[in-house]
This record gives sequence, structure tokens and C-alpha cells, in this order.
Amino acid sequence: MDQQKAPPLIEFRKVCKTYHMGDTVVRAADHIDLSIYEGEFVAIVGKSGSGKSTCMNIIGCLDVPTSGDYLLAGRNVGEMNKNELAEFRNEKLGFIFQQYNLLPKLSVLDNVAVPLMYAGKNRRERREIALHALDSVGLADKTRNLPSQLSGGQQQRVSIARALANNPSVILADEPTGALDSRTGREVLDLLRSLHAAGNTVVLITHDNSIAATAERVIRLEDGRVTFDGPADSPASGVHKEEVVGQ
Amino acid sequence: MKISESFVLALQNIRASKARAFLTMLGIIIGITAVMVIVGIGNGMEGYMRSMFQGLGTNTLTITMTGSGSSRELSVDDIQAIVDKNSSLFTALSPTVSMRGTVKVGSESLSSTSTTGVGEQYTTIKGYDLEQGRNINYVDIVARNRVCVVGNYIDDIWFSGRSVGQTLRIAGDKFTIVGVLDQQEDEMDEGGSDDMLLIPYSTAARLSGQGKPSSYTVMLADEDQTDFASDLLEQELYELLRSENAYRVSSMSAVLDTMTEMIGVVITVLAVIAGISLVVGGVGIMNIMLVSVTERTREIGIRKALGAKERYILSQFVIEAAVISALGGIIGIVMGFGLSSVATVAISTLLEVEMAVTPTIQSILIAFGGSAAIGIVFGYLPARKAALLNPIDALRYD
Repeated sequence: MDQQKAPPLIEFRKVCKTYHMGDTVVRAADHIDLSIYEGEFVAIVGKSGSGKSTCMNIIGCLDVPTSGDYLLAGRNVGEMNKNELAEFRNEKLGFIFQQYNLLPKLSVLDNVAVPLMYAGKNRRERREIALHALDSVGLADKTRNLPSQLSGGQQQRVSIARALANNPSVILADEPTGALDSRTGREVLDLLRSLHAAGNTVVLITHDNSIAATAERVIRLEDGRVTFDGPADSPASGVHKEEVVGQ
Repeated sequence: MKISESFVLALQNIRASKARAFLTMLGIIIGITAVMVIVGIGNGMEGYMRSMFQGLGTNTLTITMTGSGSSRELSVDDIQAIVDKNSSLFTALSPTVSMRGTVKVGSESLSSTSTTGVGEQYTTIKGYDLEQGRNINYVDIVARNRVCVVGNYIDDIWFSGRSVGQTLRIAGDKFTIVGVLDQQEDEMDEGGSDDMLLIPYSTAARLSGQGKPSSYTVMLADEDQTDFASDLLEQELYELLRSENAYRVSSMSAVLDTMTEMIGVVITVLAVIAGISLVVGGVGIMNIMLVSVTERTREIGIRKALGAKERYILSQFVIEAAVISALGGIIGIVMGFGLSSVATVAISTLLEVEMAVTPTIQSILIAFGGSAAIGIVFGYLPARKAALLNPIDALRYD
């Protein structure tokens, strides 16, 4: 495990996040400590309400912890202002959403180019990089189509191309197969695995144990706490057993 | 991200919903068109009046004797003395005596013909040229000759162009035609400026029993000195008459100035009222932009997740509003020109008045700048709302 000698890419230090819902205080993240290193493929798994969405928002720099520190690539995200967060998201993170979240009025190529535009790349560079990213997900022939003209699996591949485009440090996939049938879901997971194989750090957030089993490492959350953190093939991860049950 | 990218985004969005963008622009289009046409009409009216007044002579002053307030009555020689004394200011003088009384050629009555008793310099002052014959001269005035110079209309219609030497009757007295004036108007009409007679003022004064002429026309050497010359005349007249009520000095250019000012006020008021529709149009833009921000909440969330800073979202929406508004402005300007041409044709055919409705460059620039500014002002609030959206909530928005 020599990779763990380097400083972690993602580091949670006693991260807490509380929400006020009327009079009640919801503790969505309760003193979470975790470290994810460069090149890992981690699944954060948990039921609805376990705090995994909160974790994903914090990892994705969409939200900041109420207390505790979150360090991404050595920088304390909690101390950043909104502009710096936006810049950091653009630079460090590639998002893959359950609902693809493509912009419906833009062509596939323009969709992939959106993060590049915010990165300040000029039109020619954007086109070149976006074409390359689409080629890498096997959609080089669909660049001029609108998202609505593609199948769900193809749309998700576009969103993967978009996540890859700006060469991020972390690819953050939030239920990437949630809206897909099992076969295309499998294809998307294969794509994520190949991205990991190519050296990318992939964080997969899911409620589905069978999907979590795709990853190398599983972090299980329950009620805002980490209840398991270890290799996916460990019996205690709980992901294999349920996969069998699920099938 | 450059500002030009925001323009590209704005244009993409407008192209994606053309009908809505057009309807949003409509208020601005109507407002700009209205302002342009109204200012154009004002401009046309001013030009028309100016040309009309120039025909009447803006380089002249008119002295009117009211006959009240003073025991003294001034003679033509008194006025002539004032004019001669200030020959650097005044270049010509003519008494004018208007005559009532029917003009008859043979047994036909010319009911709309005007008859004016004038001095020998009257044609110079008015810029009339003689087509045939001679002008009224000094001898005619001294001898109170019954001679007249006729307008081209009378010569043409009643004497078939051979009026010199013929006679006509004014209030029963026989006058010999000695000259014919050049045509004044493009189309000669009954009652127009070509349908008139000039006779010696002395003859007119005697026949109408007025004694001394009650009004004088003075020509100025320099139009710009109207005010000064007018003051000087009043002063001289006061010296002689010792009463401010006994005389009145008026100038066409002063009347023209007053009229122009009045038209200016009316047009400004109308333009402001039309301008209110621009504000209404602006509110319409704000309304649609607010709807658009709500509709595009998810898009905003996605853009923010992908690294859009607040100011990028802000500029995207502000520029979209400004572009919609400015496009409306451009369409409005084009329509304003179109409608101005239509109005020009309509006015000349319906009213038979040559009045060109010409929008001014200033009004176009103000209209365009104003429409873009309205877009920015009214687009700012919705854009700010968009920029401040929380990306997590925005991403979850359905």
C-alpha cells in the first residue's frame, strides 16, 4: 500500500454537517473521518438518509462542513468563498449525475465544452478537448445531436465525457446508473472501471450494494457515521452478499 | 470566461425560444417606434413651420400702430426717418395697408383675392420678382395712382397671361395692371399666395379711409440682429409717441421661436408618454426573465456545479435581457423609420402638406441606448436571483 504514503487527495477530519428543519436539528454528517488517495476507486454506500448525499455535496465542493475540515488536494475547502469553490469545482471535480443533467438546448459537443468554457479555454481548444473526450466514451459520431436525441446510456456517457473534459482530480459519480436499465448501467460501470484503470480517482455514491461492489473500496455510511471502510471483497463490506440476494 | 461568451450564450437562448423573445421585445419595439415617430413628427412640424415662416420672412420686423395711448399719429416719413438713421440695421421699409372690397374682373367677382397697399420696396422685402411689366414706383405712391401689380394666379386664370395694361376693379374703383409677379407656390390655388394684388399704399389708405398706414414692414440687414433691432425700433417709437401702448413691434422669427418652443414642449410630453411604454416593456422583460430563471433553475445548478461563478451566471442573464431589449430596440428603430415614411406619405396625401417625418439621430441613439439600459436595469434583479441560487437546491429542482 505504498500509495497511502502520499498525502490523501480527499481528507475528512471530523466533518459534521447539521441542518435545521424547523425546530429539529438533523445531523447529516457526524464526525466523519476518511481519506481517499489518488488513483482509488471508492464507493460510498448507504441507505436514503444515511448522509451519503451530504458527503457527496461536501466532496463535490457544493457545500461546506458545519464543523471539521475537508481537504481536497491539500486545500481546506471550508475556508473558501463561493468564487473559489466554483473555481475549485471546475478545476478538480468531474460530476456524473443520476439524471445526467445535460443542458437540453445545447448540442452534445457544447455540453461537454461547458466546464471548459468556465475554465477560460477558447473555442478551438474547447472543441478539440470535447471531441477527444467524446471519442473516449465512444460518441464521436453524435457530437451535433441534442441530448434528447440520445438514449439514456448515451446521455450518461456524454455526461461522463463532460466530467472528464477538464481533466479533474476526482470523478464524482452520484448514482450514475440510477436511471438506466441494468445492461446499460453495467456499461456505464465498465466505463467508470476503465477510467479508474487509466489512473483516475473515482468516487461512486450509491445506495445499491451491487453497484458498490464495482469499486475497490467501500465506505458504508449509516446515520451520518462511517460503519465500514475497507476493501469491497472483504466479507464485512456487505456488498457481495446482497448482490447475490439481489440477483 | 470572456464577456463575448455571455453574448453567445444569450443569443443561443434567444434563438431557442424565438416566439417568447419576440413577445418579450414587443413592449420595447412599440415604445421605441412610438418615440421615434413622435419625435419625427415634431421634427417635421418644426421644419414645416420654419419653411412657412421663412416664406413670410424671418428677416423682417412688423410695426403695428394701435392708434391708442398717444395723441400723436406717426406718418410714413417719421418711420422712414428712423429707418434711414439706422441704415446699417434696416435695409428697406414698406407701409402695408390691407384693403377690403371685392375685386372684380369684368363682371366676375374674385372673392378670395387679397389686396394689400404697399410701398415700392415691398417686393424687395418679400423677395418677389416681377415676371412682366413694372413694380409700383414712387410716382404711383405720391400721385396715388390707381395701378396694381397682380399675382401670377390672377394673370394666368383671369387674363390668360396677358394682364399688363388690362384693368380690374377693387371696391368699384378701376385699376390698371402694370406688372405681374413670379409664381410663388408650386401649385397655384385660389386664395393662395399667388392670388393677390398689390396697390400703392397711399391709394389704399385713401380708398379705405384710413388716413395714415397702420402697419409697416421693415427688412433687416442681418437676421441674427432681430432682437437688437426690435429693441431699437421700440425705443425710437417710444421717443416719438411717449406711450408703450401706441405701437407694437413684432418679428416673424420671434413668433417662430415661440412656436418651435411650444411644439418642442408638446413633443417632449408626447415622447415621455410614449417612453412610459418602454418602462412597461422593461417590466415585461423582467417578468419573463424571472420566469426564465425559475424554469432554468436546474440549468443554473448544472452550470454552477461545472464551475460557473456567480458573476458568470449574473452576466449571462443580464446580457440575455439586454440583448433581448436591444434587439427590440433595433427592430423598433427599423419600424420607426418605416412608419415615419408611411406618415410622411400619409400627411402629404391626406392633408396636402409637405411635411417630412424625420426621426433625429439623437432620438435613435437615445432610443437604442435606452432600450439596452432598460434590459440591463430590469434584467439585473432576475439575474441576481439566478446568480445567488444554491447549487445543491438548484440541481435538485424539478
